[in-house]
Amino acid sequence: MPILKVTDLKVYFNVRKKFFWSKNNADTVKAVDGISLDLNEGETIGIVGESGCGKSTLGRAILNLIKPTDGQVLWMGKNLANLEKNEMRNLRKDLQIIFQDPLASLNPRMTVGQIITEPLKTFFPNLSKAERRERVEEIMLKVGLSPHQINRYPHEFSGGQCQRIGIARSMILQPKLLVCDEPVSALDVSIQAQILNLLMDLQKETNISLIFISHDLGVVRHISHKIAVLYLGRVAEIAENEDLYKNPKHPYTQALISAVPIPDPDLEQKKQRMIIKGDLPSPLNPPSGCRFRTRCPKAQEICAEVIPVLEQISPTHIVACHFWREP
Amino acid sequence: MTHENKPKRFLFMKLSPIGERRYANFKANKRGLYSLWIFSVLFFFTLFAELISNDKPLLVHYDNHYYFPIFKVYPEIAFGGEFETEADYRDPFVQDLIKKKGWMLWPLIPYSYKTIKMDLPSPAPSPPSTENWLGTDDHGRDVTARLIYGFRLSVLFGLSLTILSSCIGIAAGAIQGYFGGLTDLIFQRFIEIWSGLPLLYLILIMASIIEPNFWWLMFIMLLFSWMALVAVVRAEFLRARNFDYVRAAKALGVGNITVMTRHILPNAMVATLSLVPFILSGSISTLASLDFLGFGLPPGSPSMGELLMQGKNHLSAPWLGLTGFLALSITLTLLVFIGEAVRDAFDPRKTFKR
Repeated sequence: MPILKVTDLKVYFNVRKKFFWSKNNADTVKAVDGISLDLNEGETIGIVGESGCGKSTLGRAILNLIKPTDGQVLWMGKNLANLEKNEMRNLRKDLQIIFQDPLASLNPRMTVGQIITEPLKTFFPNLSKAERRERVEEIMLKVGLSPHQINRYPHEFSGGQCQRIGIARSMILQPKLLVCDEPVSALDVSIQAQILNLLMDLQKETNISLIFISHDLGVVRHISHKIAVLYLGRVAEIAENEDLYKNPKHPYTQALISAVPIPDPDLEQKKQRMIIKGDLPSPLNPPSGCRFRTRCPKAQEICAEVIPVLEQISPTHIVACHFWREP
Repeated sequence: MTHENKPKRFLFMKLSPIGERRYANFKANKRGLYSLWIFSVLFFFTLFAELISNDKPLLVHYDNHYYFPIFKVYPEIAFGGEFETEADYRDPFVQDLIKKKGWMLWPLIPYSYKTIKMDLPSPAPSPPSTENWLGTDDHGRDVTARLIYGFRLSVLFGLSLTILSSCIGIAAGAIQGYFGGLTDLIFQRFIEIWSGLPLLYLILIMASIIEPNFWWLMFIMLLFSWMALVAVVRAEFLRARNFDYVRAAKALGVGNITVMTRHILPNAMVATLSLVPFILSGSISTLASLDFLGFGLPPGSPSMGELLMQGKNHLSAPWLGLTGFLALSITLTLLVFIGEAVRDAFDPRKTFKR
């Protein structure tokens, strides 16, 4: 039984209306257009895709930080969109998020101690000062910060340390789901590994579920149990980690994987690259049928007419392509 | 805890390094710094105007007893007089009575703002003399005394109006910026309409119905002055509500009001603070212009605008107009200098010679 079940989630943004009395001139960006996935306890799902494909919007819509236009987010069987304000507030304890820019996600006017204590103050106002401090120091140690830094300000830390502060802030309430919105893309490679390992250690310890959003396939491969590849607000392919890398079915996934650099110059030279042409089409006016068809090497007439449905090709592997059977 | 670094403090506030830089920048602007000092000293002393300029002595020694007429009312009989009403210490009869059995210690300026001098050598308004340093006005009241009380009243009025209108303006701007969307749209249109109402005419009309007093004037000016800050605060909140740490706070389940006050407001305060001195000088000049037109504070109140009006009515007594002009222009200049220094200190692009 998955703890999180997303069914046909849609998030549309109205961009601009020419006049507010004219009804049909609204342009809608379909940032997330019918995405379904589920997540088990203690599992990590990686979400990849190029910028503008709706990764972050999906993450925020799952946390109900953006109201979904349509579809459902079932958290332990409860539809988040229908919850009362108070119930939602209580659920915030279980659903947490960390952000891409570690420094920007910390209030520059608060000390590390104040930042990490804030969730405690919000949800457990009855804790005494000493208890709060104890828990803050405990979590600081757990994420690899030393408690004597408690009175420092965020700008006195490096990017990696700031991300640790962000993780400490979201982990102090012992959440059950953590949405990581590109948590390592602003960091140095060696620091990336530290943060990823920290997240994995925390996962082992607390059995937390992670939604790991990234555009770096290498990073996602390291941390995820299963991976969803998005393209322009739709799922292209979802598969178990190794399955996806060894046996990608969707041409977009194949192209992405072939673009991952191999840290060996000889292999890199010999590697067969599958190059996709052109840029991401405007989400205001996505292509008809299969959204990838404008850049797809396998595209044929049917792709422009029929939207490919997600086909189950193995119990853990689904793909949306008319020609997935072809090599 | 050996590595704990204590932030520097300014008054009671913790200073972040940015705050320290701003404080240093403010201090580097000598003109603004001295203006602040002069203004604070003037304001501090006029707060105790009753001790500097009063028609009652500070201390009376009579019949081996000490009396403090400023703080307590004594009947004339206490000094051997005839009436049970309060002793008029400027009356030569009372002065003689006290001098027979003791002495009096007078304030620096022995007139209050409402003391009418009966024994003027020339008809009022009389020119400056050793007794009346800046002369008297057309009622025979000492101009120096009226100036001291008038300065205090103007600054107090300006300060309270500034504080009240900042509170309302910040709250309104915060709500608009934070919630945005339809709230923002409706509020903005309301402000556009509201700011189109002519304040001066409204006060003129109201003044013909009710006699304005300090609080009444404050209220009606407050109705309009709060809009000064709304645009700035709204812009700051609109910007800040998309900051990651604001999003993070929302995701943590922190309530709207806490997010606004704890996370966004401290950042919006920068833009707000640099506007405050200008709002203060604006309120003072509005009050002065109302007084000048005769629609301000009730007759008899000391005020710089009223002094200017007397100067206009008595061109043959230039000390009235000159004093009013100098007092008002120096006050406003000091405030503008302070405002400029604050604004520059908060400007991140400005660099200063140290």
